[in-house]
Amino acid sequence: MDGQAQIVVERVNHTYRPPRGRPVLALSDISLDIRPREFLALLGPSGCGKSTLLYLVGGFLPIEAGRILVEGKPVAAPGPDRGIVFQHFALFPWKTVRGNVLYGLERQGLPRPEREKRAQAFIDMVGLHGFEDSYPSQLSGGMRQRTAIARTLAIDPSILLMDEPFGALDAQTRSLMQTELLKIWQRSPKTVIFVTHDVQEAVYLAERVAVMSARPGRVKAIVETKFPNRDPSILRSKEFVEKVDQLWNMVRDEAIKAQEATGS
Amino acid sequence: MENVAKTAVRYLPIVIVMVAWEAIARLNLVDTLALPPLSKVAAAWFDLMRDGELVSNGASSLYRGSAGLLLAVLIGGTLGMIMARCRIFDMLINPLVELFYPLPKSALIPVTVLWLGFGDGSKILLIFLGCMIPVTIGAYNGARGSDHALLWSARSMGAGSFRMMWDVVLPSALPELLNGIRTALALAFILLVSSELIVSQRGFGYLIGYLGSTGSYEGMYAVVLTVALLGFAVDRIYQLLMQWLLRWRD
Repeated sequence: MDGQAQIVVERVNHTYRPPRGRPVLALSDISLDIRPREFLALLGPSGCGKSTLLYLVGGFLPIEAGRILVEGKPVAAPGPDRGIVFQHFALFPWKTVRGNVLYGLERQGLPRPEREKRAQAFIDMVGLHGFEDSYPSQLSGGMRQRTAIARTLAIDPSILLMDEPFGALDAQTRSLMQTELLKIWQRSPKTVIFVTHDVQEAVYLAERVAVMSARPGRVKAIVETKFPNRDPSILRSKEFVEKVDQLWNMVRDEAIKAQEATGS
Repeated sequence: MENVAKTAVRYLPIVIVMVAWEAIARLNLVDTLALPPLSKVAAAWFDLMRDGELVSNGASSLYRGSAGLLLAVLIGGTLGMIMARCRIFDMLINPLVELFYPLPKSALIPVTVLWLGFGDGSKILLIFLGCMIPVTIGAYNGARGSDHALLWSARSMGAGSFRMMWDVVLPSALPELLNGIRTALALAFILLVSSELIVSQRGFGYLIGYLGSTGSYEGMYAVVLTVALLGFAVDRIYQLLMQWLLRWRD
Protein backbone atom coordinates (compact mmCIF):
# COMPACT_ATOMS: atom_id res chain seq x y z
CA MET A 1 0.00 0.00 0.00
CA ASP A 2 1.20 3.45 -0.96
CA GLY A 3 1.75 5.50 2.18
CA GLN A 4 0.77 8.67 0.32
CA ALA A 5 -2.56 7.44 -0.94
CA GLN A 6 -5.70 8.95 0.56
CA ILE A 7 -8.02 6.45 -1.05
CA VAL A 8 -6.95 2.86 -1.62
CA VAL A 9 -9.10 0.51 -3.66
CA GLU A 10 -7.82 -3.05 -3.40
CA ARG A 11 -9.00 -6.02 -5.45
CA VAL A 12 -12.63 -4.97 -5.38
CA ASN A 13 -15.29 -7.08 -7.08
CA HIS A 14 -18.93 -6.19 -7.26
CA THR A 15 -21.89 -8.20 -8.48
CA TYR A 16 -25.04 -6.47 -9.57
CA ARG A 17 -28.12 -8.45 -8.62
CA PRO A 18 -31.21 -7.26 -10.49
CA PRO A 19 -34.55 -7.99 -8.79
CA ARG A 20 -35.31 -10.30 -11.71
CA GLY A 21 -32.79 -12.10 -13.86
CA ARG A 22 -29.27 -13.36 -13.40
CA PRO A 23 -26.62 -11.61 -11.33
CA VAL A 24 -24.03 -9.72 -13.37
CA LEU A 25 -20.39 -9.17 -12.46
CA ALA A 26 -20.12 -5.38 -12.64
CA LEU A 27 -16.61 -4.81 -11.32
CA SER A 28 -13.76 -7.25 -11.44
CA ASP A 29 -10.53 -7.00 -9.48
CA ILE A 30 -10.30 -3.22 -9.29
CA SER A 31 -7.22 -1.76 -7.63
CA LEU A 32 -6.53 1.95 -7.56
CA ASP A 33 -4.63 4.42 -5.38
CA ILE A 34 -5.69 8.02 -5.24
CA ARG A 35 -3.43 10.69 -3.78
CA PRO A 36 -4.63 13.58 -1.62
CA ARG A 37 -5.86 16.55 -3.68
CA GLU A 38 -5.64 14.61 -6.88
CA PHE A 39 -8.21 15.04 -9.64
CA LEU A 40 -8.86 11.58 -11.03
CA ALA A 41 -11.32 10.76 -13.80
CA LEU A 42 -12.96 7.36 -14.20
CA LEU A 43 -13.55 7.02 -17.91
CA GLY A 44 -15.38 4.21 -19.64
CA PRO A 45 -18.34 3.16 -21.77
CA SER A 46 -21.86 3.13 -20.31
CA GLY A 47 -22.48 0.16 -18.09
CA CYS A 48 -18.82 -0.45 -17.26
CA GLY A 49 -19.45 0.01 -13.56
CA LYS A 50 -17.65 3.33 -13.11
CA SER A 51 -20.54 4.81 -11.16
CA THR A 52 -20.75 1.64 -9.09
CA LEU A 53 -17.10 2.07 -8.12
CA LEU A 54 -17.83 5.65 -7.10
CA TYR A 55 -20.80 4.52 -4.96
CA LEU A 56 -18.58 1.91 -3.29
CA VAL A 57 -16.04 4.60 -2.33
CA GLY A 58 -18.96 6.71 -1.11
CA GLY A 59 -20.11 3.87 1.12
CA PHE A 60 -23.54 3.71 -0.51
CA LEU A 61 -23.19 0.09 -1.59
CA PRO A 62 -21.82 -2.79 0.48
CA ILE A 63 -18.31 -3.93 -0.38
CA GLU A 64 -18.54 -7.64 -1.17
CA ALA A 65 -14.97 -8.55 -2.04
CA GLY A 66 -11.72 -6.65 -1.61
CA ARG A 67 -11.45 -3.49 0.42
CA ILE A 68 -11.57 0.27 0.15
CA LEU A 69 -9.64 2.45 2.60
CA VAL A 70 -10.11 6.18 3.05
CA GLU A 71 -7.41 7.80 5.19
CA GLY A 72 -6.39 4.29 6.18
CA LYS A 73 -9.84 3.32 7.47
CA PRO A 74 -12.13 0.85 5.72
CA VAL A 75 -15.25 2.40 4.21
CA ALA A 76 -18.37 1.20 6.00
CA ALA A 77 -21.00 3.90 5.43
CA PRO A 78 -21.45 7.28 3.75
CA GLY A 79 -19.92 10.20 5.62
CA PRO A 80 -19.51 13.96 5.34
CA ASP A 81 -15.81 13.48 4.49
CA ARG A 82 -16.95 12.26 1.06
CA GLY A 83 -19.31 14.69 -0.65
CA ILE A 84 -21.22 13.46 -3.70
CA VAL A 85 -22.65 15.25 -6.74
CA PHE A 86 -25.06 13.34 -8.97
CA GLN A 87 -25.83 13.65 -12.67
CA HIS A 88 -29.45 14.58 -11.99
CA PHE A 89 -28.52 16.96 -9.17
CA ALA A 90 -30.46 15.16 -6.40
CA LEU A 91 -31.64 18.46 -4.94
CA PHE A 92 -34.50 18.40 -2.47
CA PRO A 93 -37.24 19.80 -4.72
CA TRP A 94 -39.24 21.03 -1.72
CA LYS A 95 -36.36 23.16 -0.47
CA THR A 96 -35.17 26.45 -1.91
CA VAL A 97 -31.59 27.00 -3.04
CA ARG A 98 -30.80 28.30 0.44
CA GLY A 99 -32.65 25.42 2.11
CA ASN A 100 -30.71 22.88 0.08
CA VAL A 101 -27.34 24.42 0.88
CA LEU A 102 -28.28 24.77 4.55
CA TYR A 103 -29.37 21.15 4.88
CA GLY A 104 -25.96 19.56 5.29
CA LEU A 105 -24.83 22.34 7.62
CA GLU A 106 -27.86 21.68 9.83
CA ARG A 107 -27.08 17.97 9.90
CA GLN A 108 -23.51 18.82 10.85
CA GLY A 109 -24.84 20.77 13.82
CA LEU A 110 -23.41 24.17 12.98
CA PRO A 111 -24.93 27.03 14.99
CA ARG A 112 -27.50 29.01 13.05
CA PRO A 113 -25.66 32.29 12.40
CA GLU A 114 -22.61 30.41 11.24
CA ARG A 115 -24.49 28.15 8.85
CA GLU A 116 -26.46 31.07 7.39
CA LYS A 117 -23.20 32.86 6.70
CA ARG A 118 -21.54 29.79 5.26
CA ALA A 119 -24.51 28.92 3.03
CA GLN A 120 -24.58 32.45 1.63
CA ALA A 121 -20.84 32.34 0.95
CA PHE A 122 -21.16 29.15 -1.10
CA ILE A 123 -24.27 30.36 -2.92
CA ASP A 124 -22.33 33.48 -3.88
CA MET A 125 -19.32 31.39 -4.91
CA VAL A 126 -21.32 29.39 -7.47
CA GLY A 127 -22.92 32.59 -8.78
CA LEU A 128 -26.46 32.08 -7.51
CA HIS A 129 -26.75 35.36 -5.61
CA GLY A 130 -30.34 36.54 -6.01
CA PHE A 131 -31.73 33.02 -6.43
CA GLU A 132 -31.59 32.01 -2.75
CA ASP A 133 -35.36 31.70 -2.45
CA SER A 134 -35.97 29.91 -5.77
CA TYR A 135 -37.04 26.29 -5.83
CA PRO A 136 -35.09 23.87 -8.05
CA SER A 137 -38.07 23.58 -10.41
CA GLN A 138 -37.63 27.29 -11.18
CA LEU A 139 -33.95 26.96 -12.15
CA SER A 140 -32.12 25.87 -15.30
CA GLY A 141 -30.12 22.64 -15.31
CA GLY A 142 -26.85 24.50 -14.91
CA MET A 143 -28.16 26.47 -11.94
CA ARG A 144 -29.45 23.28 -10.33
CA GLN A 145 -26.05 21.67 -10.62
CA ARG A 146 -24.42 24.81 -9.19
CA THR A 147 -26.76 24.52 -6.22
CA ALA A 148 -25.86 20.86 -5.77
CA ILE A 149 -22.14 21.68 -5.92
CA ALA A 150 -22.57 24.50 -3.38
CA ARG A 151 -24.51 22.16 -1.09
CA THR A 152 -21.77 19.54 -1.23
CA LEU A 153 -18.85 21.96 -0.89
CA ALA A 154 -20.49 23.81 2.02
CA ILE A 155 -19.89 20.88 4.38
CA ASP A 156 -16.23 20.94 3.33
CA PRO A 157 -15.60 17.30 2.42
CA SER A 158 -11.97 16.39 1.78
CA ILE A 159 -13.11 14.12 -1.07
CA LEU A 160 -15.50 15.07 -3.83
CA LEU A 161 -17.26 12.23 -5.67
CA MET A 162 -18.80 13.39 -8.94
CA ASP A 163 -21.06 11.06 -10.91
CA GLU A 164 -21.24 12.44 -14.47
CA PRO A 165 -22.16 15.80 -12.95
CA PHE A 166 -22.36 17.66 -16.25
CA GLY A 167 -23.89 14.83 -18.27
CA ALA A 168 -27.40 16.27 -18.16
CA LEU A 169 -26.37 19.78 -19.24
CA ASP A 170 -26.27 21.32 -22.72
CA ALA A 171 -22.85 21.70 -24.38
CA GLN A 172 -22.33 25.41 -23.61
CA THR A 173 -23.35 25.10 -19.97
CA ARG A 174 -21.21 22.00 -19.63
CA SER A 175 -18.05 23.74 -20.82
CA LEU A 176 -18.69 26.75 -18.54
CA MET A 177 -19.24 24.43 -15.58
CA GLN A 178 -16.03 22.53 -16.35
CA THR A 179 -13.99 25.71 -16.23
CA GLU A 180 -15.71 26.77 -13.03
CA LEU A 181 -15.12 23.42 -11.37
CA LEU A 182 -11.41 23.73 -12.16
CA LYS A 183 -11.35 27.22 -10.64
CA ILE A 184 -13.05 25.97 -7.48
CA TRP A 185 -10.71 23.00 -7.26
CA GLN A 186 -7.63 25.19 -7.73
CA ARG A 187 -8.81 27.58 -5.02
CA SER A 188 -9.55 24.90 -2.43
CA PRO A 189 -7.92 21.68 -3.55
CA LYS A 190 -9.85 18.54 -2.77
CA THR A 191 -9.46 14.99 -3.89
CA VAL A 192 -11.88 14.57 -6.78
CA ILE A 193 -13.09 11.35 -8.38
CA PHE A 194 -14.94 12.35 -11.51
CA VAL A 195 -16.96 9.77 -13.42
CA THR A 196 -17.53 10.52 -17.10
CA HIS A 197 -17.84 8.88 -20.50
CA ASP A 198 -16.71 12.07 -22.22
CA VAL A 199 -13.04 11.69 -23.21
CA GLN A 200 -12.35 15.38 -23.72
CA GLU A 201 -13.92 16.25 -20.38
CA ALA A 202 -11.75 13.67 -18.63
CA VAL A 203 -8.53 14.89 -20.25
CA TYR A 204 -9.35 18.54 -19.66
CA LEU A 205 -10.31 18.24 -16.00
CA ALA A 206 -8.28 15.38 -14.56
CA GLU A 207 -4.63 14.91 -13.70
CA ARG A 208 -4.93 11.18 -14.18
CA VAL A 209 -7.52 9.18 -16.08
CA ALA A 210 -8.37 5.61 -15.18
CA VAL A 211 -9.75 3.98 -18.33
CA MET A 212 -12.21 1.23 -17.56
CA SER A 213 -13.08 -1.76 -19.71
CA ALA A 214 -16.53 -2.91 -20.76
CA ARG A 215 -18.43 -5.13 -18.33
CA PRO A 216 -17.11 -6.60 -16.13
CA GLY A 217 -15.37 -3.29 -15.37
CA ARG A 218 -11.62 -3.47 -14.88
CA VAL A 219 -9.02 -0.74 -14.83
CA LYS A 220 -7.58 -1.10 -18.31
CA ALA A 221 -5.02 1.70 -18.08
CA ILE A 222 -4.11 4.73 -16.02
CA VAL A 223 -3.02 7.69 -18.13
CA GLU A 224 -1.35 10.89 -16.87
CA THR A 225 -3.16 13.92 -18.25
CA LYS A 226 -1.32 16.77 -16.54
CA PHE A 227 -0.84 19.93 -18.54
CA PRO A 228 1.19 22.99 -17.60
CA ASN A 229 -1.98 25.07 -17.42
CA ARG A 230 -5.69 24.42 -17.69
CA ASP A 231 -6.86 27.32 -19.76
CA PRO A 232 -9.69 26.48 -22.11
CA SER A 233 -7.12 27.40 -24.78
CA ILE A 234 -5.31 24.07 -24.27
CA LEU A 235 -8.31 22.34 -25.78
CA ARG A 236 -6.84 23.21 -29.20
CA SER A 237 -3.19 22.47 -28.39
CA LYS A 238 -1.43 19.59 -30.15
CA GLU A 239 -0.57 17.62 -27.02
CA PHE A 240 -4.13 17.90 -25.72
CA VAL A 241 -5.62 16.66 -28.97
CA GLU A 242 -3.14 13.76 -29.08
CA LYS A 243 -4.01 12.77 -25.52
CA VAL A 244 -7.69 12.80 -26.35
CA ASP A 245 -7.01 10.63 -29.41
CA GLN A 246 -4.99 8.14 -27.42
CA LEU A 247 -7.72 7.76 -24.79
CA TRP A 248 -10.49 7.81 -27.34
CA ASN A 249 -8.96 4.78 -29.06
CA MET A 250 -8.91 2.85 -25.80
CA VAL A 251 -12.48 3.77 -24.92
CA ARG A 252 -13.74 3.07 -28.42
CA ASP A 253 -12.52 -0.53 -28.29
CA GLU A 254 -14.38 -0.98 -25.03
CA ALA A 255 -17.51 0.75 -26.27
CA ILE A 256 -17.59 -1.62 -29.26
CA LYS A 257 -17.18 -4.61 -26.95
CA ALA A 258 -19.93 -3.30 -24.72
CA GLN A 259 -22.26 -2.94 -27.71
CA GLU A 260 -21.49 -6.43 -28.93
CA ALA A 261 -22.13 -7.82 -25.47
CA THR A 262 -25.57 -6.25 -25.27
CA GLY A 263 -26.35 -7.04 -28.90
CA SER A 264 -25.72 -10.79 -28.58
CA MET B 1 -64.50 42.77 -13.23
CA GLU B 2 -63.80 39.96 -15.66
CA ASN B 3 -63.14 37.61 -12.77
CA VAL B 4 -66.44 38.47 -11.15
CA ALA B 5 -68.20 37.70 -14.42
CA LYS B 6 -66.39 34.38 -14.75
CA THR B 7 -67.31 33.35 -11.23
CA ALA B 8 -70.91 34.36 -11.87
CA VAL B 9 -71.04 32.20 -15.00
CA ARG B 10 -69.48 29.28 -13.14
CA TYR B 11 -72.07 29.32 -10.39
CA LEU B 12 -74.97 30.03 -12.77
CA PRO B 13 -76.07 26.35 -12.94
CA ILE B 14 -76.53 26.35 -9.16
CA VAL B 15 -78.70 29.45 -9.34
CA ILE B 16 -80.77 27.83 -12.12
CA VAL B 17 -81.31 24.70 -10.03
CA MET B 18 -82.35 26.83 -7.03
CA VAL B 19 -84.86 28.81 -9.10
CA ALA B 20 -86.20 25.64 -10.73
CA TRP B 21 -86.57 23.99 -7.33
CA GLU B 22 -88.59 26.89 -5.98
CA ALA B 23 -90.74 27.05 -9.12
CA ILE B 24 -91.46 23.31 -9.28
CA ALA B 25 -92.53 23.29 -5.65
CA ARG B 26 -94.63 26.48 -5.90
CA LEU B 27 -96.40 25.33 -9.06
CA ASN B 28 -97.25 22.02 -7.34
CA LEU B 29 -95.57 20.04 -10.12
CA VAL B 30 -94.50 17.54 -7.47
CA ASP B 31 -95.89 16.84 -4.02
CA THR B 32 -94.69 19.63 -1.67
CA LEU B 33 -94.18 16.96 0.99
CA ALA B 34 -91.55 15.29 -1.18
CA LEU B 35 -90.01 18.58 -2.32
CA PRO B 36 -90.81 21.58 -0.15
CA PRO B 37 -90.03 24.99 -1.69
CA LEU B 38 -86.46 26.13 -1.21
CA SER B 39 -87.61 29.26 0.60
CA LYS B 40 -89.31 27.10 3.25
CA VAL B 41 -86.18 24.98 3.52
CA ALA B 42 -84.20 28.16 4.14
CA ALA B 43 -86.66 29.23 6.80
CA ALA B 44 -86.35 25.84 8.48
CA TRP B 45 -82.57 26.22 8.37
CA PHE B 46 -82.77 29.50 10.29
CA ASP B 47 -85.08 27.86 12.83
CA LEU B 48 -82.62 24.99 13.32
CA MET B 49 -79.80 27.48 13.74
CA ARG B 50 -81.76 29.57 16.23
CA ASP B 51 -82.70 26.73 18.55
CA GLY B 52 -79.11 25.42 18.39
CA GLU B 53 -80.01 21.97 17.01
CA LEU B 54 -77.88 22.34 13.91
CA VAL B 55 -74.89 23.71 15.79
CA SER B 56 -74.85 21.15 18.61
CA ASN B 57 -75.41 18.18 16.28
CA GLY B 58 -72.94 19.63 13.80
CA ALA B 59 -70.32 20.04 16.49
CA SER B 60 -70.47 16.40 17.50
CA SER B 61 -70.33 15.31 13.84
CA LEU B 62 -67.30 17.50 13.20
CA TYR B 63 -65.61 16.17 16.32
CA ARG B 64 -66.13 12.54 15.23
CA GLY B 65 -65.13 13.24 11.66
CA SER B 66 -61.95 15.14 12.46
CA ALA B 67 -60.87 12.73 15.21
CA GLY B 68 -61.28 9.71 12.92
CA LEU B 69 -59.59 11.43 10.01
CA LEU B 70 -56.71 12.71 12.13
CA LEU B 71 -56.04 9.22 13.48
CA ALA B 72 -56.21 7.81 9.95
CA VAL B 73 -53.72 10.38 8.66
CA LEU B 74 -51.24 9.89 11.51
CA ILE B 75 -51.39 6.10 11.72
CA GLY B 76 -52.11 5.37 8.04
CA GLY B 77 -49.42 7.78 6.85
CA THR B 78 -46.79 6.33 9.17
CA LEU B 79 -47.79 2.77 8.27
CA GLY B 80 -47.61 3.47 4.52
CA MET B 81 -44.17 5.05 4.78
CA ILE B 82 -42.74 2.25 6.91
CA MET B 83 -44.22 -0.33 4.53
CA ALA B 84 -42.50 1.39 1.62
CA ARG B 85 -39.12 1.40 3.37
CA CYS B 86 -39.15 -1.97 5.15
CA ARG B 87 -39.57 -5.23 3.21
CA ILE B 88 -40.68 -7.41 6.13
CA PHE B 89 -43.26 -4.88 7.24
CA ASP B 90 -44.50 -4.66 3.68
CA MET B 91 -44.85 -8.44 3.41
CA LEU B 92 -46.80 -8.59 6.67
CA ILE B 93 -49.14 -5.64 6.20
CA ASN B 94 -49.71 -5.41 2.45
CA PRO B 95 -51.95 -8.51 2.17
CA LEU B 96 -54.11 -7.16 4.99
CA VAL B 97 -54.48 -3.83 3.23
CA GLU B 98 -55.40 -5.55 -0.03
CA LEU B 99 -57.94 -7.75 1.72
CA PHE B 100 -59.52 -4.81 3.53
CA TYR B 101 -59.48 -2.51 0.48
CA PRO B 102 -62.58 -3.77 -1.39
CA LEU B 103 -64.72 -4.20 1.75
CA PRO B 104 -67.54 -1.62 1.85
CA LYS B 105 -66.66 0.13 5.08
CA SER B 106 -70.34 0.82 5.84
CA ALA B 107 -70.65 -2.93 6.49
CA LEU B 108 -68.57 -2.28 9.60
CA ILE B 109 -71.16 0.06 11.14
CA PRO B 110 -72.82 -2.71 13.22
CA VAL B 111 -69.41 -4.18 14.08
CA THR B 112 -68.03 -0.93 15.49
CA VAL B 113 -71.28 -0.40 17.43
CA LEU B 114 -70.94 -3.89 18.88
CA TRP B 115 -67.42 -3.02 20.03
CA LEU B 116 -67.79 0.56 21.19
CA GLY B 117 -71.52 1.25 21.59
CA PHE B 118 -73.71 4.02 20.21
CA GLY B 119 -71.57 7.01 21.12
CA ASP B 120 -68.61 8.82 19.59
CA GLY B 121 -66.20 5.88 19.85
CA SER B 122 -67.86 3.66 17.25
CA LYS B 123 -68.09 6.52 14.72
CA ILE B 124 -64.48 7.54 15.22
CA LEU B 125 -63.31 3.94 14.84
CA LEU B 126 -65.37 3.46 11.67
CA ILE B 127 -64.04 6.66 10.07
CA PHE B 128 -60.52 5.80 11.15
CA LEU B 129 -60.71 2.32 9.60
CA GLY B 130 -62.31 3.54 6.38
CA CYS B 131 -60.02 6.54 5.89
CA MET B 132 -56.85 4.72 6.79
CA ILE B 133 -56.90 2.73 3.54
CA PRO B 134 -56.56 5.57 1.01
CA VAL B 135 -54.09 7.37 3.29
CA THR B 136 -51.91 4.27 3.70
CA ILE B 137 -51.96 3.54 -0.01
CA GLY B 138 -51.09 7.16 -0.86
CA ALA B 139 -48.20 7.25 1.60
CA TYR B 140 -46.97 3.85 0.42
CA ASN B 141 -46.97 4.69 -3.29
CA GLY B 142 -45.49 8.12 -2.67
CA ALA B 143 -42.75 6.88 -0.37
CA ARG B 144 -41.80 4.05 -2.73
CA GLY B 145 -41.13 6.61 -5.41
CA SER B 146 -38.54 8.47 -3.34
CA ASP B 147 -35.35 8.92 -5.32
CA HIS B 148 -32.42 6.95 -3.94
CA ALA B 149 -30.05 9.76 -4.91
CA LEU B 150 -31.94 12.04 -2.50
CA LEU B 151 -31.71 9.46 0.27
CA TRP B 152 -28.00 9.00 -0.41
CA SER B 153 -27.40 12.75 -0.45
CA ALA B 154 -29.13 13.16 2.90
CA ARG B 155 -27.19 10.26 4.37
CA SER B 156 -23.83 11.50 3.16
CA MET B 157 -24.58 14.88 4.74
CA GLY B 158 -25.12 13.20 8.08
CA ALA B 159 -28.84 12.27 8.29
CA GLY B 160 -29.74 9.14 10.28
CA SER B 161 -32.64 6.78 9.53
CA PHE B 162 -35.28 8.79 11.36
CA ARG B 163 -34.04 12.03 9.83
CA MET B 164 -34.19 10.52 6.34
CA MET B 165 -37.80 9.44 6.93
CA TRP B 166 -38.78 12.91 8.06
CA ASP B 167 -36.60 14.97 5.71
CA VAL B 168 -36.71 12.91 2.50
CA VAL B 169 -39.29 10.11 2.49
CA LEU B 170 -42.18 12.17 3.87
CA PRO B 171 -41.79 15.15 1.51
CA SER B 172 -41.23 12.76 -1.42
CA ALA B 173 -44.47 11.00 -0.54
CA LEU B 174 -46.37 14.24 0.03
CA PRO B 175 -48.08 14.67 -3.39
CA GLU B 176 -49.58 11.17 -3.33
CA LEU B 177 -50.19 11.25 0.39
CA LEU B 178 -52.17 14.49 0.09
CA ASN B 179 -54.27 12.99 -2.73
CA GLY B 180 -54.97 9.97 -0.52
CA ILE B 181 -56.06 12.26 2.29
CA ARG B 182 -58.42 14.07 -0.08
CA THR B 183 -60.11 10.77 -0.92
CA ALA B 184 -60.24 9.99 2.80
CA LEU B 185 -61.87 13.35 3.47
CA ALA B 186 -64.78 12.56 1.16
CA LEU B 187 -65.04 9.07 2.61
CA ALA B 188 -65.16 10.50 6.14
CA PHE B 189 -68.30 12.47 5.28
CA ILE B 190 -69.99 9.41 3.79
CA LEU B 191 -69.17 7.16 6.72
CA LEU B 192 -70.03 9.83 9.27
CA VAL B 193 -73.50 10.60 7.99
CA SER B 194 -74.43 7.00 7.20
CA SER B 195 -73.33 5.70 10.60
CA GLU B 196 -75.14 8.51 12.41
CA LEU B 197 -78.22 7.88 10.32
CA ILE B 198 -78.34 4.25 11.37
CA VAL B 199 -77.24 4.23 14.99
CA SER B 200 -76.86 7.50 16.86
CA GLN B 201 -78.53 10.00 19.13
CA ARG B 202 -76.52 12.97 17.88
CA GLY B 203 -74.98 14.36 14.76
CA PHE B 204 -75.97 15.49 11.26
CA GLY B 205 -77.00 12.00 10.22
CA TYR B 206 -79.15 11.57 13.30
CA LEU B 207 -80.80 14.94 12.70
CA ILE B 208 -81.58 14.05 9.07
CA GLY B 209 -83.10 10.74 10.16
CA TYR B 210 -85.03 12.27 13.05
CA LEU B 211 -86.49 15.15 11.04
CA GLY B 212 -87.40 12.78 8.20
CA SER B 213 -89.16 10.31 10.48
CA THR B 214 -91.14 13.05 12.20
CA GLY B 215 -92.30 14.58 8.93
CA SER B 216 -90.30 17.82 9.16
CA TYR B 217 -89.16 17.58 5.57
CA GLU B 218 -88.15 21.24 5.26
CA GLY B 219 -85.77 20.76 8.18
CA MET B 220 -84.48 17.49 6.74
CA TYR B 221 -83.63 19.20 3.45
CA ALA B 222 -81.97 22.02 5.36
CA VAL B 223 -79.60 19.59 7.12
CA VAL B 224 -78.87 17.66 3.91
CA LEU B 225 -77.95 20.91 2.15
CA THR B 226 -75.81 21.97 5.12
CA VAL B 227 -73.81 18.74 4.93
CA ALA B 228 -73.41 19.14 1.16
CA LEU B 229 -72.18 22.72 1.47
CA LEU B 230 -69.88 21.85 4.32
CA GLY B 231 -68.35 19.00 2.30
CA PHE B 232 -67.83 21.32 -0.64
CA ALA B 233 -66.24 24.04 1.53
CA VAL B 234 -63.93 21.62 3.33
CA ASP B 235 -62.73 20.14 0.03
CA ARG B 236 -62.08 23.63 -1.37
CA ILE B 237 -60.09 24.68 1.69
CA TYR B 238 -58.19 21.40 1.54
CA GLN B 239 -57.29 22.02 -2.09
CA LEU B 240 -55.89 25.43 -1.20
CA LEU B 241 -53.86 23.89 1.60
CA MET B 242 -52.56 21.26 -0.82
CA GLN B 243 -51.54 23.90 -3.34
CA TRP B 244 -49.64 25.74 -0.64
CA LEU B 245 -47.91 22.62 0.68
CA LEU B 246 -46.87 21.63 -2.85
CA ARG B 247 -45.89 25.14 -3.97
CA TRP B 248 -42.36 23.88 -4.74
CA ARG B 249 -43.61 21.85 -7.68
CA ASP B 250 -43.52 23.34 -11.15
